[in-house]
Amino acid sequence: MTHDAAVLERHGLTPDEYARIVELVGREPNLTELGLFSVMWSEHCSYKSSRVHLKTLPTEGPRVVQGPGENAGAVDIGDGLVAVFKIESHNHPSFIEPYQGAATGVGGIIRDIFTMGARPIALLDALRFGTMDDATSRRVLKGVVAGIGGYGNSIGIPTVGGEVMFDESYRGNPLVNVFCLGIARRSEIVKGHASGVGNPVYYVGAKTGRDGIHGATMASAAFDESSAEKRPAVQVGDPFMEKLLLEACLEVMRGEAVVGVQDMGAAGLTCATSETGSRGSVGVEIDVALVPQRETGMTPYEIMLSESQERMLLIVKRGREADVERVFEKWDLHAVRIGEVTSDNRLRVMQNGVIVADVPNRALTEEAPVYHRPYREPDGRAELQRVPLDAVAASPRPTDAFLDLLSAPTIASKRWIYRQYDHVVQTNTVALNGLSAAVVRVKGTSRALAMSVDGNGRYCALDPRQGAKLAVAEAARNVACAGGLPIGATNCLNFGNPERPDIMWQFAEAVAGIGAACRALDTPITGGNVSFYNETEGRAVLPTPIIGVVGLLEDASYVRTRLFSDAGLDIVLVGEGRGELGGSEYLKTIHGLVRGRAPVLDLARERALHRLLVDWASRGLIRSAHDCAEGGLAVTLAECCFDTGGVGADVSIGRAPSDGGVPGLASTLFGESATCVLVSAVPADAPAVLREAHLAGLPAARIGRTGGSALRIAIDGEIAIDCSVGEAEARWSGALAKWLDGRAA
Amino acid sequence: MTFAVVVFPGSNSDHDAHYAVEHVLGQPARFVWHKETSLGSADVVILPGGFSHGDYLRTGAIARFSPIMASVRAFADAGGPVLGICNGFQILLECGMLPGAMLRNRDVRFHCGFLGVRVERTDTPFTNRCRVGQVLRLPIAHGEGNYYAPPDALGALEAGGQVIFRYVDDRGEATEAANPNGSVHGIAGISNAKKNIVGLMPHPERACESCLGGADGLIVLESVVHALHERGTLQRV
Repeated sequence: MTHDAAVLERHGLTPDEYARIVELVGREPNLTELGLFSVMWSEHCSYKSSRVHLKTLPTEGPRVVQGPGENAGAVDIGDGLVAVFKIESHNHPSFIEPYQGAATGVGGIIRDIFTMGARPIALLDALRFGTMDDATSRRVLKGVVAGIGGYGNSIGIPTVGGEVMFDESYRGNPLVNVFCLGIARRSEIVKGHASGVGNPVYYVGAKTGRDGIHGATMASAAFDESSAEKRPAVQVGDPFMEKLLLEACLEVMRGEAVVGVQDMGAAGLTCATSETGSRGSVGVEIDVALVPQRETGMTPYEIMLSESQERMLLIVKRGREADVERVFEKWDLHAVRIGEVTSDNRLRVMQNGVIVADVPNRALTEEAPVYHRPYREPDGRAELQRVPLDAVAASPRPTDAFLDLLSAPTIASKRWIYRQYDHVVQTNTVALNGLSAAVVRVKGTSRALAMSVDGNGRYCALDPRQGAKLAVAEAARNVACAGGLPIGATNCLNFGNPERPDIMWQFAEAVAGIGAACRALDTPITGGNVSFYNETEGRAVLPTPIIGVVGLLEDASYVRTRLFSDAGLDIVLVGEGRGELGGSEYLKTIHGLVRGRAPVLDLARERALHRLLVDWASRGLIRSAHDCAEGGLAVTLAECCFDTGGVGADVSIGRAPSDGGVPGLASTLFGESATCVLVSAVPADAPAVLREAHLAGLPAARIGRTGGSALRIAIDGEIAIDCSVGEAEARWSGALAKWLDGRAA
Repeated sequence: MTFAVVVFPGSNSDHDAHYAVEHVLGQPARFVWHKETSLGSADVVILPGGFSHGDYLRTGAIARFSPIMASVRAFADAGGPVLGICNGFQILLECGMLPGAMLRNRDVRFHCGFLGVRVERTDTPFTNRCRVGQVLRLPIAHGEGNYYAPPDALGALEAGGQVIFRYVDDRGEATEAANPNGSVHGIAGISNAKKNIVGLMPHPERACESCLGGADGLIVLESVVHALHERGTLQRV
C-alpha cells in the first residue's frame, strides 16, 4: 500500500474507506488525490453519517423553488421574488479561534446566498456557550460576538436577530450557527452547476494561502488536549474583500455571462470544482499554477485544500470572458481563467501542464461513503425523565426565583451582544422594539419577511425526538407571533460523535422529530447543515438541532411586537400552561437539574395557533403577541413589559397541574409549555380573540390587564409575584454586562 | 435637483442614502463610482457610511485619494452642499475638508442603536428646517465615532458655531451617559467654517421612515432641498 496507516489516520480516512477509494479510482491515489478524498469524504463535506436520515425530511412544497442540494434553499414570496436562505455551523473553528471562527462562519454563509444570485439582506445567529462563571466561556463569547459584528457590520449586512443559550456542555464546544437570507428574482437564480464543454472555469476573489488546510477534516473530529495546535486550520476572513466579491458577482450574474457559480468554502477549490462538475455531470480540468497565490512554493495539495476565504468559482459562457473580467477589474479583484469544463466527468488537476491529480468527479461527491451508523437508545432514560423530588424540595420564594430567572444569562437581555451588531444597515429592518422574530421588509413590494432561529438542547437531551419537534414549533411560533406565515425552514444539527450509538440515536430521533413537525406545520426543509463531533474527551454537547424558520407577511404593517404598548389593554393567554418543568430554565437555574419530560406538543393545535396569530395580526385584532418559552408564563409576561417605558401588568391565573409532584407554585409560574402565547388587545377586541381561539380548538382566557408600574401575578386569588417593573427590568437588562464587563477575560 | 451618492469600494450605506433620497424624499439620486473624475450635474453630494477600503490604515484614509475626491473638493470650494455620513464624515476629516480626527469608541466596541441627537445650529444647508435645540432620534452604527479636536481647534469650532449636532439624553441634555463613543464635548457632527460641508456620525438616511424606527432623519434631507430652492438653484417642482 502506498500510504501507511498513520498517513490515512491523519487524513481522517479508515482502511475501508481507502480500499473503496482504490476501487473507485482504479489504482492507489497519490498524496494529492488522497488529500482531495480526505476533505470531500470528511463528515463535514460528505454528510456520510447523516445522509440516510436527512433523506427522510420533507423538502417539497408549492412555494419551494430550490430544495436541499444547492448552495442554499429558496422559497417563492410573490412578485416574482424568492427568499434564498440557509443556516450553517462554524463550531470547531470558533473554539480554536473565536473571532475568526465566527467571522468566517458569517462570511461562509453569506457566500452561499449570493452565489445563488441573491443579495443578502439579513443575518441571524444561534449561539451556545458554556456558563458565564467560566473564564473560557466568557472569552469565547466575547470573541465570537466581536467576530460576528466585525464581519457582518463591515460587509454591510444587518444582524437582525438570533438567540443565545448557556450550558456547561458547550464549554469546550461552543456552537456558532449563522443564518443568512437574501432576495433574488426567481428568474435570475444561478445554480452551482458546471455545464457546456469548453466553457472556461474562472477563479475570482482573494489569493490562495495556506490558511484553513484540513479545516473540513478538523470539523469532522472531536477535540482533545492537542486541539490548540489546530489553530492554523482556522481560516482568516476579510469582510472588505467579500463585499467587493459580493458586488462584483451580483453584477456579473445580472449580465448572464455565467452558467454556474459556487463559493469556495469547506474544502476550497476541491469542493467547488468537484461539486459543480458533479451536479452538471461534466468534468472540470484546472491548472493550479494559474491560481493566484499569496504564499510562495505552494504545492498542488495545499492549493486544492486551502480554505482561504473570499474566493468563488465561476463557470463562464464561452465568449463572455471579457465581460466577466471587466466587472472584476472595476472592483479591483482577481478574475483568472484556471481551466475549463470537459466531457469526461473527471476532476483533473494540473500544475504547469503536468497532471498531478486525476479522479472521477463523482467518486469525490456522490460516491462518498454512506453510513448506516448503528444507534441505540442509551440506558437511564426513564430515570432522566423523572424529577428527583428531594432535590427540589427547598424552593425559593416565587418573587426571588423570578428575579433570579430574569438575570440568568439564557433569559436575560442580550442587548450587550446585539448592540455590537449593525442591525439597521440596508434600511429594511422593521425596528419595533422587542420582536419575537426578526422582520425585514422587501423593498419594491408591500411585504415583509419574519425569521427566527430556535433550538432547546435541554429538551432534546431529555427526549431528542420531542425536543426537535419543539424546536420547529418554537421557531414557527415566533415567526407567527410577529405576524408571518411560516413558509420554509432550514436546519443546523449540532451533535457529538456519530460513531457512538447513543449519539447517533439522538441524531436519528431528532431528524425524525424535525420531519414530523415540518410536515405538520407546512415548513419544508430547503437546506441545512450537520455538525458532528461536537465533543471533547468523550463529553458531548447537549443534542442541539437549531431550526430557522422563514415567514411571510403580506403587508409589512401587519408586524406585531411582543410589547404591551399601552396601559388598559386586555391580556389573553391563548393555549394553556400545563405546569411542565421538564428541561426548564427554572429547574436548571434554581436547582441545577436537566430532568423531567420534555413539554408535550399537539402539532395540529400548534398549526392552528400559528394561523390564528397571522390572521389576527393582519386584521390588527391583537396589539402584541409573545410565545411562552424559557422561564414560562412569569418570564414571558415580564418580557412583554420590558422596553415599554414601564407599562406593567396585573394577571390572575389558576394553578396548573404540578409536574411530577414538584411542590409550590413553580410549575404554574415557570413551567414551559408549548402552543402557548400571551397576546394583548384593546378590551373591545378581546371577546373576538377568545371566540376565534375557541373556534379553532384552542383554549384561551382573559387573564388580566396592562397598566401600573408593577408586575403582579396571582394564582387562585393569591398574589404569588409582586415586584416593580423597574426592578425586574434592571435585573434583566444588567445581567450580561455584570458577567462580561470589567472582569478578567 | 440631483443628489450624487459617491460609492467607494466597501461603502455600504450608499444604497441607504440613495433609497432615502429617491423613494422617500422623492428627488433624483445618482451613484458616482469613486474612480470617476466628474460629479456630473450634481446639486448635493453625499459621502455615505460604510467601510471604504476596509478601513485599512485608518477609517477614510485611503478614500481621500480616490479620483472623485478632487471633484468633491472643487464642488465644496464653490459652495456646493456636501454631507458626510459616518464613514463619509471620516473621509472628510482625512481630506482636511473638516477639522479634527476620529478615534475608536472609548469602550473599544461597536455600537448600534437609536439615540438623541440635538441640532445646535440651523444655519447650514442640512439643518435649516430644524429648530435650534430640536432633538432628532437617529441611529448610530460605528466602532470609530470618537471625534477629537485639540483644545484650540475645539474652541474655535464651538465659538464659530461649527458644532452642528450633539449627543443628548431623553431630557435633551448632553451628558456623559448620553455620549456613546467618548467624542469631545459630545460632538456628533460638525461643519466647515463656510457651513456648506457637514459631517456627522449618526445616520439620518436610516431614519426616514417610521416603520423602520423613526423618520426624524428626513428633515436633514428636506433641509438641503429647501436650501437649494432658496438659492434659486432649481425651479420649484
